[in-house]
Amino acid sequence: MIYAQSPLAVGLFISFVLFVLGLSFYLARRTTSSAGYYAAGGQIHWFVNGIAFAGDYLSAASFLGICGMIATAGYDGFLYSIGYLAGWMVALFLVAEPMKRLGKFTFTDALDSKFNSKSIQLTAAISTLLVSVFYLIPQMVGAGVLVQPLLGMPHYVGVLIVGVVVTLIVATAGMASTTYVQFMKGGMLLVFSTILVIGVLGRGLSTSPDQGGTKAYHAFKTLTAKAAADGSLQLSDPSYGALADWKTGPFAKDGFVKLTRDGTESIWKLKDSETGYTLSETLFTKELPDHTKLYNGLPKEGGAFFPVGHIQELKVDGKEVAQTGPIGPLAFLSIVKDSTVTLWGKSIVKASDGLTTIYYQKPTIGARILRPGLKFKVDGASGLQKFNFISLMLALFCGTAALPHILIRYYTVPSQAAARKSTIVAIAAIGFFYILTLFMGIGAMTNGVINMSDDNMSAPLLALSFGVVLFSIISSLAFATVLGTVSGLIVAASGAVAHDLMDNFLGMKMTDKGKVKAGKIAAVVVGCVAIYLGIVFEGMNVSFLVGWAFAVAASANLPAILMILFWKKTTSQGVAASIVVGMVSSMGLILLSPDMWTLYGLLPQNAPVAFNSPALVSIPLSFVALVLISMLTQKPPAAAEVAKAA
Amino acid sequence: MGHGPAVKLGVDNASGYKTKLGIWLFALYTITYAIFVGINIVMPSVMESVFMGQTLAVTYGMGLIISAFIMAIVYNRFCTQAEARLNK
Repeated sequence: MIYAQSPLAVGLFISFVLFVLGLSFYLARRTTSSAGYYAAGGQIHWFVNGIAFAGDYLSAASFLGICGMIATAGYDGFLYSIGYLAGWMVALFLVAEPMKRLGKFTFTDALDSKFNSKSIQLTAAISTLLVSVFYLIPQMVGAGVLVQPLLGMPHYVGVLIVGVVVTLIVATAGMASTTYVQFMKGGMLLVFSTILVIGVLGRGLSTSPDQGGTKAYHAFKTLTAKAAADGSLQLSDPSYGALADWKTGPFAKDGFVKLTRDGTESIWKLKDSETGYTLSETLFTKELPDHTKLYNGLPKEGGAFFPVGHIQELKVDGKEVAQTGPIGPLAFLSIVKDSTVTLWGKSIVKASDGLTTIYYQKPTIGARILRPGLKFKVDGASGLQKFNFISLMLALFCGTAALPHILIRYYTVPSQAAARKSTIVAIAAIGFFYILTLFMGIGAMTNGVINMSDDNMSAPLLALSFGVVLFSIISSLAFATVLGTVSGLIVAASGAVAHDLMDNFLGMKMTDKGKVKAGKIAAVVVGCVAIYLGIVFEGMNVSFLVGWAFAVAASANLPAILMILFWKKTTSQGVAASIVVGMVSSMGLILLSPDMWTLYGLLPQNAPVAFNSPALVSIPLSFVALVLISMLTQKPPAAAEVAKAA
Repeated sequence: MGHGPAVKLGVDNASGYKTKLGIWLFALYTITYAIFVGINIVMPSVMESVFMGQTLAVTYGMGLIISAFIMAIVYNRFCTQAEARLNK
């Protein structure tokens, strides 16, 4: 076991939950109007709103996912940080003030402000619900993933805890309580991530990371071997033995060999050398036909699946050293650039006795780690690989300013200037956090803390290397991260149901109190749906779903927002067509993509669509649909004049 | 129909100026971002070269994040000045 349950983490999480619930019930007494419920009365201070933006935006995908990806794939994970932050420039320069000026409670309000169109109300509400649900599922699944190792509870308990608490937060005081939860979570995430990075820099770099002298790093062995005349493998350490079929067995074609010692299996990476072979120790998990999982040949409790991440050759000013001592942030990156770090490759071998996933050592020059290319193919990339890369970077750039749960936060401040200023605070806070992700990720990569079977836990495990207190705080913050983001999503989704669909589209006449009640009931229903989906989607790769949400939001919502603001000939039919085309094309392309084919258990090369990221096709399609339909549905000048006069 | 801001907003005579400035700064940032993506696609090995003591990828990536904040501050300053001037 790489980590154990921490009572302190449980205590901190419970304290946080009780505090935010108390705050929600307190604020509920002041939340009686629909403006109070959906937009916190429009009286939130811009600084509080800016940090709440950060709390809303820095979801589990940012905190756990990006740090984990940087820890295992270097700079390619940081590309997400750059792309996500760049998306905020679209929000600041093009969207922030007009959204505040045009909308009331929901994203649909802003789109529909000039038209009062039933088709916009319906399509924009469906788009909001779709994007919110796709964003909700990974958050809820993430809650379940966190609760298993940290609290020792099953997946569904984590989903239930988060679902019930968030539904209570939203159903009591709506946007007011949600804002303060996100403000606290956003602020705490920044403070404690900074403390973690200061700890990493203070510890410095070392070739044998012993976590500040508290835990010896597992020394991965290297053996030499020769093929004997009878075909057997003669090893430099005779306590190991190789199977007779070491050259023809299922592992051989992938360059591995299985050895046994005292009845325990181990797998080694085999490399040709001048004198025969060099064997380097690997980590592996094996899933037996009865679904039992072994870690390095033993049950999980055996503790044989070691945390990894170390520098193989540490160079300071061209000289090889064993450790650096405390260093500054620029020196930290510069030294990693000049050194050689052991990364880990992954191979999957299918044999009759089970499925084996092997993680093998891959020493890599630091400069290669600190530039793109380890996860995304950019060197000698084919046209399709280049297309995928551009499409991903486009989706990250365009997705942020089209996420409904982000856009509704512009309604909580009193003025357009406050909307602008709160976006700037958000850019400062989120940008600062994303810079920290590089140090947290590289810190995990070089401090011997990565759990190769779940790289999402890299940031909490890096904190654990500094002691259980920081680990407990970071872990409970990870829960709070889910709480904050889910509460924002539920407010957005409940607004789409109660305000856009019930009030505007269906024309149900409700009093102001009735609108608040409808919003609360919608929040409870959406919360129950989120709990159900979080349980059903257990085991689903959550990054797929976040990718879906960004691609759908960028394709369905952004063209409509931008064209309404900057093209006077935009018509309501054009907007509705753009939303539908963006939604259908992005969803369709994702569902027919090679990644999804793999998830269906089919061969990815047989997928009807050759690329995984749809934005480069679906965003232009959405723009084209808007322009074409708008041109075809222009009112004749006379009718337009009459309509204007009316 | 329940549209329009949740709170009463005053007339903003500076909105035209702010929109134009926003579009120019957006174009500038988008070009910088597009060049970053372009180098990664066309000449990825250039990103490994050293610039200001770090790989170009790190310097450029950090630069994109930091310049976003600087441009945001500049934008806010000009917008605030325009609001003070035009909304008297």
